[in-house]
Amino acid sequence: MISVRNVSKSFGAQAVLRKVNLEILPGKTTAVVGPSGVGKSVLLKLIMGILEPDEGEILIGGRSITKARSEAEKNDIRASLGVLFQSAALFDSLTVYDNIAFALRERLFLGEREVHPRVCDMLSALSLEEVAFLLPQQISMATRKRVGMARSLVTEPKVLLFDEPNTGLDPLTGQEVYDLIRESKEKWGFTGVVISHELPEVFQVSDRVAMILGGRIIMEGSPDDLLNSTEPAVFQFLHGRTDGPIKIQ
Amino acid sequence: MTAVVATERLGKAVIDIAEGWGRSWIFFIRIIQALVTTPFRWQLFLTQVLQIGVNSSLVICLIGFFTGAVLAVQGEYTLAKFGATAFTGSAVALSLIRELGPVLTALMVIGRAGSAVTAELGIMRITEQIDALRSMAVDPIRYLMVPRFLAGVVTMPLLASLCIVMGIFGGYVVGVGILGLSSGTFMSQMISAVTTTDVASGLIKSVFFGIIFGWVACYKGYTCGFGAVGVNKATTQSVVTASVAVLVIDYFLSSILTRMFME
Repeated sequence: MISVRNVSKSFGAQAVLRKVNLEILPGKTTAVVGPSGVGKSVLLKLIMGILEPDEGEILIGGRSITKARSEAEKNDIRASLGVLFQSAALFDSLTVYDNIAFALRERLFLGEREVHPRVCDMLSALSLEEVAFLLPQQISMATRKRVGMARSLVTEPKVLLFDEPNTGLDPLTGQEVYDLIRESKEKWGFTGVVISHELPEVFQVSDRVAMILGGRIIMEGSPDDLLNSTEPAVFQFLHGRTDGPIKIQ
Repeated sequence: MTAVVATERLGKAVIDIAEGWGRSWIFFIRIIQALVTTPFRWQLFLTQVLQIGVNSSLVICLIGFFTGAVLAVQGEYTLAKFGATAFTGSAVALSLIRELGPVLTALMVIGRAGSAVTAELGIMRITEQIDALRSMAVDPIRYLMVPRFLAGVVTMPLLASLCIVMGIFGGYVVGVGILGLSSGTFMSQMISAVTTTDVASGLIKSVFFGIIFGWVACYKGYTCGFGAVGVNKATTQSVVTASVAVLVIDYFLSSILTRMFME
């Protein structure tokens, strides 16, 4: 579904990603894990086409977003993506209802007769009816994540990208977000990419795992492969050890 | 060694400035492209007209009124030395129409609405709302920048006109009501002194100031750095850059327009 091929990205003199290769399989959820600051979110922004790689190519559904000739072509490819941002990134001047309706109105240019039932379905599916006309700052972070999820799902994307979905949440609320991801995947059947550094919690929504370190994918496989890995860096990261090859920045 | 480091720093500073200029011009061109090709969003535009224009009108009325009042006091004092207090009305009107109305309005709108536009866009940038727009295949230039830019260009001449009218009113109130000038002389001298080209000159300036307002406020917000410090820096730079640009361009426009209309 998504192919990341030999992608490198630097900011100034700092190389963040070095010839990264990754295959995101259709219908599966892949967790991209690694310590903070190793370039997981940069990889996500490259997939979204918000950042340009220095070299390499990213294909989404067989179409290259990195070699798209215009912003319109990129937008065409982006139409198959939905994103749940770390802080949900809801538009704070719009109500929950308008946030969910946003892409339907502004990207698909649907009229209110088509928008209303689709938004109501989404509000109902994610139990958001009671907060429909509140502003994002009037609801809790967990509810904002649900709204972010609804906003991503309303256009029925083939791929959903999750950037640190439960960062900053307490364990109960974090679990609620994972339950939401699992339930939504069962219902809508999207391909998922979850960026996280929370192990082993993220495994409950992952079919596959890729670990980034030093700008490279150092391990790729099933969650069990990662759990049973004898690779020192994986072991250190998994068990939260301070001694080992990973240096804390 | 010190000379090498200094040269390196100077070179980097020059490159950074050139890069910033280039980026801001590309940004401006993208706004113009989106402006002429977009399916126009009236609601977003009118919301910005309300926020930038209508919400600034009270403060513009106040500064216009008191500027006119001060001009009347100072004008009458100066002109009295030449026995020409009859020209107070025309002095007030010409000063406001050709210069002070457009410039003071621009500076006030930049301080009030320009900082707000930059801060709003900057916060949208750091909270990933602009990334969210792009991820939803909605062009932020089209959706966020065009309505704000155009609202600045449209409202600036209207606000300047309001400032001028209130200034003349303030000048009249003080000149006739307090300083005892003749109402008829004040008005007739003003009407005979002010020409269409004076009004056109002021309005043309306002349009340029509106362009500067929208361009700088949107660019600084869109390219805002990280965190609260980034928003703070972007907002300060926005107000300072736009204010200085208004005063510099005012000089060149005054020179060009005066020569042009004199011919």
